[in-house]
Amino acid sequence: MAEREYAYYSGCSLEGTAVEYDMSMKLVLEALDVNLKEPEDWSCCGSTPAHTVDHVLAAALAARNLSIIEKMGTDTVTVPCPSCLSAFKRAHLGMAGDASFKDQVNDLIDEPYNGGVISKSTLQIMYEDIGLEEVAKKVTHALPDLVVAPYYGCILTRPPEIAQFDDPENPVSMDKILEAVGVKVSSFVFKLECCGAAFGVPKRDMVNRLTAKVLSMALDSGANCIAVACPLCQQNLDLRQSQVNALMGTNYNIPILYFSQIVGLTYGLTPKELGIDKLIVSADDLIRSRITVEELAQNKAAAEAEEKARKAKQKEDKTKTEET
Amino acid sequence: MDVINLTKSTDWNFIEEVSKESGQNPSLCYQCGNCTAGCPYTNYFDFPVSQIMRLLQSGQKDTILSSKAIWLCATCETCTTRCPCEIDVANVMDTLRIIARRENKVSEKDIKLFYDTFLASMKQHGRLFEVGTLMAYNLKSGHFFADAELGPKVMEKGKIHFFPNNIKGRDKVAKIFTRFQEKAKKHG
Repeated sequence: MAEREYAYYSGCSLEGTAVEYDMSMKLVLEALDVNLKEPEDWSCCGSTPAHTVDHVLAAALAARNLSIIEKMGTDTVTVPCPSCLSAFKRAHLGMAGDASFKDQVNDLIDEPYNGGVISKSTLQIMYEDIGLEEVAKKVTHALPDLVVAPYYGCILTRPPEIAQFDDPENPVSMDKILEAVGVKVSSFVFKLECCGAAFGVPKRDMVNRLTAKVLSMALDSGANCIAVACPLCQQNLDLRQSQVNALMGTNYNIPILYFSQIVGLTYGLTPKELGIDKLIVSADDLIRSRITVEELAQNKAAAEAEEKARKAKQKEDKTKTEET
Repeated sequence: MDVINLTKSTDWNFIEEVSKESGQNPSLCYQCGNCTAGCPYTNYFDFPVSQIMRLLQSGQKDTILSSKAIWLCATCETCTTRCPCEIDVANVMDTLRIIARRENKVSEKDIKLFYDTFLASMKQHGRLFEVGTLMAYNLKSGHFFADAELGPKVMEKGKIHFFPNNIKGRDKVAKIFTRFQEKAKKHG
């Protein structure tokens, strides 16, 4: 397989509260022969707060980074965080479609951005560039106890004009990646419903109620854990789960894993190096049953043989009863 | 239901301002309500998003700018994705927040304060300093112990940095903010 190379913009969350997303994503992409280059001295993308102030300012904060990436000589940057991704894509598309907007943005930054960078989520490069076949090839382990609700969050595929990836109402890329590595996924109708994370601090009560709905719908779908691709969703669903329980009188105990952590587990990487121990709601019980694919095949063969023997015996007993 | 005297209260300049800044045409909205039907926050809004659109069509500037709805919108993009008239509704809400800030009419002070604290951290360090932002917000908002019980949980996992990661080019990031402020001043 040809080695691929991308600029990799991790974003601020992945240096702090979402460090396990960074750890697991890098290891999984390394296993898939992807070479990642970190833009030098990158800055915060501006995220949600900047676009409540001004659209030119918001675009400039993102474009400073795009300008750095443009000079690296890589045409594509991959971004794990949907909020950073959205800021990059908005800046890029806004500048590409409107020359006066582009000038206003470039007036605010030291080095102009000339529109030469394509931004894609890490989920998108795994799904579209690397492809399910390659993703599946690296699997060495199975996770028989896991039933995962794939949760995309609100802005990874929306609005379609900005995201330009997957389906805006029923995305399937994460479902398919997880299925490709042999994990069971549930049919999760709340896969896009906003969890409210951006307001976690100033509007805690409202956010806890929105989060409760997502957790409850995940359980209803038959899942025992949730996979995410967004540091804000993860933090909200995991860290605030105790707040939800206190407010709503519920007893949720649902592990919230990054999809990259689940893929990493099927690649035989250790829970420690994937940062599984950094999750607040422990996933240890769910992943304890991890076995190699060979063991899984043996177990399956043994179970089939046992079933065959049982049926044969049943038939024999039936014949005996009929004879007597 | 309130009766609005359109002859007296329609602010045509406001309609023009929002249309221009958002690049959207509010007249296209025919009040189907699809945006409100999908809005996860509508239970918390004082005016559902479809009513904000109607108030905008009738130029009700003060009612809109002092509404809670424009601040409780999280830009989740459900409305924009589903609008049959292809109006970027979330962008309209975003533009309304920007104008409310400019005119000093922000109804949800805590949300604005949180955003401002976030941006101040970014301006100072070049990247977001999570702990510093939360502490500054708690001090300034008077909610001294907001999320305090979560602190030990995150600390135990070794995810908290007590010192900011100052990037080399943080003065360059700060300059983006100052240039923007200077420009805004110049244009009034």
